[in-house]
Amino acid sequence: MFDIAVIGAGVIGGTILRELTKYDLNVIMLEKESDVCMGQSKANSGIVHAGFDAIPKTNKAKFNKLGAEMMRDYCSQLGVKYLNNGSLVIAFEEEQLNTLHDLLKRGQENQIKDLSIIDSEELFKLEPNLSKKAIGALYAKSAGIVCPYELTIASIGNAMDNGAKLELNFEVSKITKTENGYVITSSNGKEIESKLIINCAGYGSQKIANLVGDFSFKIGARRGEYILLDRESKDFVSHTIFCTPTKRGKGILITQTVDGNILLGPTAEEIENNETITTSNGLNIIKDTASSMAQNVPFYNTITSFSGVRAYCDKHDFIIEESKVAKSFINVAGIESPGLTSAPSISKFVVEELVSKHFTLNENINFNGIRKPDYFFNRLSNEEKNELIKKDSTYGNIVCRCEKITEGEIIRAVKENPKATTIDGVKRRTRAGMGRCQGGFCQPRVAEIIANTLNLPLESITKSGGKSNIIIGRTK
Amino acid sequence: MYELVIIGGGPAGLAAAISAYDNGVKNLIIIEREDSLGGILNQCIHNGFGLQRFKESLTGPEYANRFIEGVLERNIPYKLNTTVLSLTKDKQITAINKTDGIFTITAKAVVLAMGCRERSKGALNISGTRPAGLYSAGTCQKYVNIKGYMPGKNVIILGSGDIGLIMARRMTLEGAKVHAVCELMPYSSGLKRNISQCLDDFNIPLLLSHTITEIEGKDRVSGVKIAKVDENKKPILSTEVHYDCDTVLFSVGLIPENELSKDAGVELSPKTKGAVVYENRETSVEGIFACGNVLQVHDLVDFVSEEAELTGKAVAEYIKNGEKARDVINATNGKNVSYVLPQKIDKNAEKYVKLFFRVNGSYKNAKITLKSGDKIILEKTKNIVVPGEMENLILPINLIKNLNDDIILNVEV
Repeated sequence: MFDIAVIGAGVIGGTILRELTKYDLNVIMLEKESDVCMGQSKANSGIVHAGFDAIPKTNKAKFNKLGAEMMRDYCSQLGVKYLNNGSLVIAFEEEQLNTLHDLLKRGQENQIKDLSIIDSEELFKLEPNLSKKAIGALYAKSAGIVCPYELTIASIGNAMDNGAKLELNFEVSKITKTENGYVITSSNGKEIESKLIINCAGYGSQKIANLVGDFSFKIGARRGEYILLDRESKDFVSHTIFCTPTKRGKGILITQTVDGNILLGPTAEEIENNETITTSNGLNIIKDTASSMAQNVPFYNTITSFSGVRAYCDKHDFIIEESKVAKSFINVAGIESPGLTSAPSISKFVVEELVSKHFTLNENINFNGIRKPDYFFNRLSNEEKNELIKKDSTYGNIVCRCEKITEGEIIRAVKENPKATTIDGVKRRTRAGMGRCQGGFCQPRVAEIIANTLNLPLESITKSGGKSNIIIGRTK
Repeated sequence: MYELVIIGGGPAGLAAAISAYDNGVKNLIIIEREDSLGGILNQCIHNGFGLQRFKESLTGPEYANRFIEGVLERNIPYKLNTTVLSLTKDKQITAINKTDGIFTITAKAVVLAMGCRERSKGALNISGTRPAGLYSAGTCQKYVNIKGYMPGKNVIILGSGDIGLIMARRMTLEGAKVHAVCELMPYSSGLKRNISQCLDDFNIPLLLSHTITEIEGKDRVSGVKIAKVDENKKPILSTEVHYDCDTVLFSVGLIPENELSKDAGVELSPKTKGAVVYENRETSVEGIFACGNVLQVHDLVDFVSEEAELTGKAVAEYIKNGEKARDVINATNGKNVSYVLPQKIDKNAEKYVKLFFRVNGSYKNAKITLKSGDKIILEKTKNIVVPGEMENLILPINLIKNLNDDIILNVEV
């Protein structure tokens, strides 16, 4: 019997799981996919929003401000890359300047610091590659960027290091109320008992809530497509560049990523399921919009395009509360943008304000919130790297030449929490295969390292679980 | 301190090392990231290598071996499994391997011989899903020829570059069905002999002016849509046809791997994506030379060896005599020509200069003319020129000496 089951291994579930392990609680995470971070958290813009956009007094406004303030420290504990690069909302027409002033006012109401409206002269000093049509911008110095999958994986890994359990391939199909809590049944017949459930299932959170008779909210999905440019174009922009928002949302942005790529997107297309295809229409919209925002966008440096799902909620605000119809069942749903930014503050609130109503929060004296700072080899000094190579020579063998990822890092990703078992799992944990050749050189080696480390035949290694095997057998 | 460090132990690095050694450079080392010398030739187990140079048809490993033996006979030192992490313009090289860790060495001269990489599927922005079963042709070649594994059985190939053509045949011989090779352009970028020996001989259709418009399949690729393209290379959606497949191979171009060159501040050509070089293959940074596919993507390894030997000799001369004073003429590409190399020619060159170039389309009865100012100073005709085959024009030494203006190469059709 677990105290708490967290359903959904995204950034919200992950940060809540980690927060829970700070206390003497027996917790488990349930995830329907074969790896953590397989939904919304793996493919989004990675923006730490300053907090001027949210409507005052909403959950979004509250958690955005707190989350943005917590993010730097949160990331540094977990060894997750975070960069305070600032954001710019650009006006290209006179009337958009009015919207910027509205945003500034809203930001001030939300108590966001370091907001200002700048003119085109100052703007071009900050971002010389912007379209000459730009006439001014709302500059938010406190905005930043973070790697969303790194944050998710590190949170879950740290929670597991502190005692949390993880159950993958567990698609919740039935939840039965018992005297002490719930029995959660997976589609392949596994059962887990827990006193309390936290529903962080993202796109699937409506379905999970429905299983306990909670029909209080509806979740829909939008698809967001992106184009990613090579690190060679890193300096094309340094801030996160937004267009002036319209009723349809924040629209397409241009931003640096924490790894030095340039990310363009997302589109926002209503979809019936959570299929994350890319479309020629979507990619053209990104190209056209980005080209109207900036001059000579280096599309020739495109290394990949991808798309991610965005769950949105008919309430248009975060739902963070115990269900009104099911006791000991907490919904953390409708976590639209700025959900990533808000993850640290949401998780703290969920545990300290909601979970605390059901459990006495006794501190876990063994909790260690610090992930090893050497988690990413590339960030070590040469002396530190050589220390590590002396201890374990696999750190001297570069496998991914584009991102300079070593065999040692890949082996660690396979061995350490949450363990990678797929090519994409290794990619998200180490960046092997994320670079300009997109795994052309390293994929066969990565597959071999996974197979050897797990003592499995190469035929069983998949790209991303299921039947995504990379080879079908031996040659003649 | 080394006299010479050669980055890359493939065909270019090996030939450059031997040539530099034979011209007097004894304090040198080759740095190779893979676990054996020979570079990409190791996975090219088909034959057809060496026809120009050795007048016989060798496999890739056989061709490589002739040069590896040359390196071993001369006791030229080399480090395997060693990746160069950075190169400075002062020719400081920082590298990493399992036994030495991270170490820095300095050289009087450097030869860049890192080769090229394949353009990835990701760069193409093809619509659809991103399942398993999508490989660059070279990755597939590595699985099949080096690792002994089959990536799939029902194959579609996008791009008719040489590796794609070779893999069409290879997969067929291994029992796979290659349904089609589609090529965006109205002509193939591969060698004529490969189209005949790898596609025609196996009845594999080559769909010119076609492209993949969509990739289907959730876990593993289950099919693609292929459409004709118009003269602007835009797909004509009414011509879209679905093909079932479990594997898609991409052979959509090779890109010289110049990340280290950029580190060192070497000037690159946007046309070749390789260094801008003098006729002796010295780059814009004194003492840093480049040869092979890191400089320009060659069709035949025979020409790589030739270029590397020229480079090795020039490096030896540089190490002995230092940078030479030059009187430079610029060479540029004109009508119907996509690039020329070398881009800079010293009027005091000691030997004739082979001006390499590629045309930007398929032309019959092409008149190749070299202009200096308004004057045509050299011309020759060819029955047919295609982008897939590198051409060259020999500039005799007397002609170079008397040049007054920059030269432009045109192909009149």
